[in-house]
Amino acid sequence: MTEFKEDVSIVLGGAAGQGIQTVEGILTYALKSSGYHVYANKEYMSRVRGGINTTEIRVSSRRVRAFVKRIDILVPFKQGVLSWVSDRLSETTVVLGERGNVEESFLEGANLVEVPLTKLALETGSQLYINTTAAGLIVGLFHGDFGAVEEYIRKRFGSKGENVVGKNIEAAKKGYELGVKLCEEGTIRVDVERDEKVREEILLSGTEAVGIGALAGGMNFLSFYPMSPSTGVSTFAAQHAEEFGIIVEQVEDEISAINMALGAWFAGARAMVSTSGGGFALMSEALSLAGMAENPIVIHLAQRPGPATGLPTRTMQGDLNLVLYAGHGDFPRIILAPGSMEEAFYLSAEAFNLADKYQVPVIILTDQYFVDTYYNLPKPELGRIKFERHIVEAKPGYRRYELTEDGISPRAVPGYGEEVVIANGNEHDEWGDITEEAELTRKMQEKRAVKKLETIRKNAPLPRLVGNEGAKYLVVSWGSTLHVVEEALEKLGRDEAALLHFSWVYPLNPEARKFFEDKTVIVVENNITGQFADLLRKELGVEVHHRVLKYDGRPFSVEEVFDALKGVVE
Amino acid sequence: MNLPTGREAFEPKRPTSKDVAWCPGCGNFGIRNILISALAELGLKPSEVAIISGIGQAAKMPHYINANGYHTLHGRAIPIATGVKAANPELTVIAEGGDGDMYAEGGNHLLHAIRRNPDITVLIHDNQIYGLTKGQASPTTMIGMKTPTQPWGVFEEPFNPVALAISMNASFVARTFMGYFRESVEIIKKAIRHRGLAIVDILHPCVSFNKVNTYAWYREHTYWMDDHDPHDREAAFKRAIETDPLPLGIFYINEKPTFEESVPAYRVDKRPLWKREPKLDLVEKFFEGKKQ
Ligand SMILES: Cc1ncc(C[n+]2csc(CCOP(=O)(O)OP(=O)(O)O)c2C)c(N)n1
Ligand code: SF4
Repeated sequence: MTEFKEDVSIVLGGAAGQGIQTVEGILTYALKSSGYHVYANKEYMSRVRGGINTTEIRVSSRRVRAFVKRIDILVPFKQGVLSWVSDRLSETTVVLGERGNVEESFLEGANLVEVPLTKLALETGSQLYINTTAAGLIVGLFHGDFGAVEEYIRKRFGSKGENVVGKNIEAAKKGYELGVKLCEEGTIRVDVERDEKVREEILLSGTEAVGIGALAGGMNFLSFYPMSPSTGVSTFAAQHAEEFGIIVEQVEDEISAINMALGAWFAGARAMVSTSGGGFALMSEALSLAGMAENPIVIHLAQRPGPATGLPTRTMQGDLNLVLYAGHGDFPRIILAPGSMEEAFYLSAEAFNLADKYQVPVIILTDQYFVDTYYNLPKPELGRIKFERHIVEAKPGYRRYELTEDGISPRAVPGYGEEVVIANGNEHDEWGDITEEAELTRKMQEKRAVKKLETIRKNAPLPRLVGNEGAKYLVVSWGSTLHVVEEALEKLGRDEAALLHFSWVYPLNPEARKFFEDKTVIVVENNITGQFADLLRKELGVEVHHRVLKYDGRPFSVEEVFDALKGVVE
Repeated sequence: MNLPTGREAFEPKRPTSKDVAWCPGCGNFGIRNILISALAELGLKPSEVAIISGIGQAAKMPHYINANGYHTLHGRAIPIATGVKAANPELTVIAEGGDGDMYAEGGNHLLHAIRRNPDITVLIHDNQIYGLTKGQASPTTMIGMKTPTQPWGVFEEPFNPVALAISMNASFVARTFMGYFRESVEIIKKAIRHRGLAIVDILHPCVSFNKVNTYAWYREHTYWMDDHDPHDREAAFKRAIETDPLPLGIFYINEKPTFEESVPAYRVDKRPLWKREPKLDLVEKFFEGKKQ
C-alpha cells in the first residue's frame, strides 16, 4: 500500500493533442470545488502533435503555489513519459495507468498500479473517453465531489450535445468508482484534509491574472503579433473584447503592434501590447519613441529562453537586461515582475496609472512558468483598484512638453480642449516643435532622463520582506521565483534566513538598501548570469554573495532551491 | 474665445514653427498650402485634426500646420495613425510621409493598412528620391537615374503604389501633382471625406536632389483622367499601369467597412476611448465565474 498525506503531487504525461488539458481542467476544478488547495503547471514541447507534455497538479490541505520536482502519482498516457520524467521518480512514486504506456525498462522497478483505462473507456463507447475516465479516477482517489466533475463536463462539452455530455459523465463515473475502490482495497491511501474556505476561492492562471488585471486598469486597446508564451494574454483579451467593448487587433508584426498602441495612447486610450523577447526586440525602436515623445505604453513581456527563438515553450528570466536597456538614448521606464496571481492582477491594473502618470513605458515581465501556472486564491479586492486618468484639457497656450520641476509635463489628448497637441520623436521645444538648440536639448534630456526618473525612483514601492528582520541571510527573489523560494525557506525552517521579494524591479527606491545591511545576500533567479543580482549592485550598490541560478529552460523546483539554500546556510 | 477660422486657423503661431526646414522652391510648400486649404474648406477645426507623420522632409509637416500632430518614426506613421483613429474616431486623421517613408521602411504597414482599412488619409509626398538623407534612390526612383549611392544608375523596378493599392482592393486610390493646386485640393478633400483608407500619391519635385523629375517634367509627363469611372476596378488597374504619361486623378473607390466600424468597441458605446472607465462590474463578474 502507498499512502499520501497532506500534499500530493500528481503528474499527467502524454502527447500534445492527447487531451491532457481536459484532465487537468476537470481535476483542478473538481478538487478545488471539493475543498482542496490546488496548484497546476504544465511544461510542453514546441509542437502541435506528438512529443511529450506534462502537467503537475498539487493537491494539498494547505495553500500550495510552487513547483515541486517530486512526483507522487504519475499517469502516463503514452510510452516515453517515464523516461521523460525519470529524474523525478522515486520508490514511492505510484505509476497509475496501463502497462502498455510504461516502457519496458521501467516495468521492473516502477510501482505500477494497473488501471484498465482503455477498457473502461471502450465500455462507455469509445477510446476517446480515456481522458475523462482518468480524471474521474483521480477525483475518486480523493473521494472528491463527483457533482463538480459533472458540472465541469457540462460546461466544457455542453455545446457538443447531450450525448457527448452524457457519455463523458458516464466515463468519468467509471473512473471515479475505480478510484474509490483502489482506496477501499487499500492499494492507495490518500489523506489530505479539506479546507472549506477553498470552495469560495477562485482558480486563476498567470495569463488570466495579467489579462483581467489590465482590464481592471482600464485597458481598452490591445495590439499584438502572436508569440509564445505571451499569446495567451492576447487570446484572453480577444475573448473578452465584445463584452468589455475594447479593441483587440492582431497586426502584421510587433513593430506595428507597439506603434499602433502608441498612437492609441496619444489619442487617450489605455493600450497594451503583449509579446515575448523576440517580439520585444522588434519593438525597441518604438520604445525609444515612447521615451522621447513621453508617450505612455504598457508592455507585457512573457519571457522564454533566448537568444533568438531559443526554446519557444520553456521558461527563463533572461530578458531583464533586454527591457532595462532596450531603446537608444536615455529615457526612464518602469519594470514590474509579478510573483503571485494577486500581484499580477494588481500590478497589471496599476501599470496603466503609472504609464499615464509618468508618461513612460511600463513593462510587465512574466515568463512561461508564470503565465502557465494556476492555483486557487481568494477573490482579489476590486476596492483596491484605483483609476487615475492624468489627462489635462488643452487650453489655449497649452504646451505638451512644458518644463517642470518634477519632470512631468501635463499630457493632453487631441480633441479635449481647443488647443492642439504636438508630440514629437525628434528633440523638441516645449510646444513639441523640432529644435536643435543646445541649451534646450540639455534641459529636455535632463527633464526626461534625470528629473522624471528621480520622481519615479523616489515614489517606487519597497520590496517585501518575509521573515525575520534580523536574519543573517537574505534570500532575494524577483518575479516568478517568489513562491518557490518562499516554500523552500519554509521547508528550511530557519529563523536566520529571510525572504526579500521584488515585484517592482526598476527603478529601485534607494531606501531599499536598508534591507541588505549586514546580510549575506543570496539571489535566486532563472537565468545564467544573475541579471537581477547585477542590477542590485548597479542600482543600490548591494553586494550579492551567492547566486542561485538555473538556466535549462525549466523552472526552479522547491527541492532545488531548498538544497541550494541549505548548502549556503550550513 | 476668439480662435481663428478658415485657412488662418491652420497657420501655426508657435515660436519655432516659422523656421521651415524645407529648401526654397521645394514642392513640400505647395503640399502644405493644398492641405491647409483642404482642411479649411472642409470646415474642420485644428483640434479635430491629427496629422501623424513619419520621418523625412515631408514628415516635418506637423510643425508647419496648426493641428494636432505627432512626428514619429521612419515608416511608422500608418500604424500610429491607425491607433489614433481607432482610439478616437471623432478625429480626422492624416498620415503623412515621403515615398521612402511609406513605400520602403513602411511598406509592410501600408499593405496591411489596406487590408485593415482604417478611416485615415495617407498622403505620400512622392518626390522619387530621399530628400532628408540627401539624394539616395527611393522605391519610386526611375530606372537609370544616377545618385551618390547608385552611381551605376538605378536598375530596380520602380514601385507602383497606385497599381499595388488597386490590386489589393484598397478603399480609395488617387494620384496628383502638387503643381495643380485646385485639383489637388479637391482630391485631398475627397480623400479626407472618404470613409476608409484613402491613399493619395502626391508627385512633387525635390529641387535639391532630383534633377530629372522637375516641375516641368511632371507637367509634361502627366495627364488628367477625365473619362474614368473610379468604381471600375479593371479600368482603374489599366490606368494604374500606364507609365508615361502618368494619369492623375481618382483611380479607384471601393466603399467597404472601416476598421473602426468593425471592432466591437463602438457597437454600443460611441464615445472615444479616452472618455471611458474600467468596467469593474465585469471584472467582478469574471471573478465570480472563476469560483464555479
Ligand atoms: C530607422 C531609420 N532608418 C533611416 C533613417 C534615415 N532617414 C531619414 S529620412 C529618410 C528617407 C526620407 O526619404 P523620403 O521618405 O522619401 O522623404 P523626403 O525626405 O524625401 O521627404 C531616411 C532613410 C531614419 N530616420 N530612421
Ligand atoms: S531636400 Fe528636396 S524634398 Fe527635401 S525640402 Fe529640399 S527640395 Fe524639398
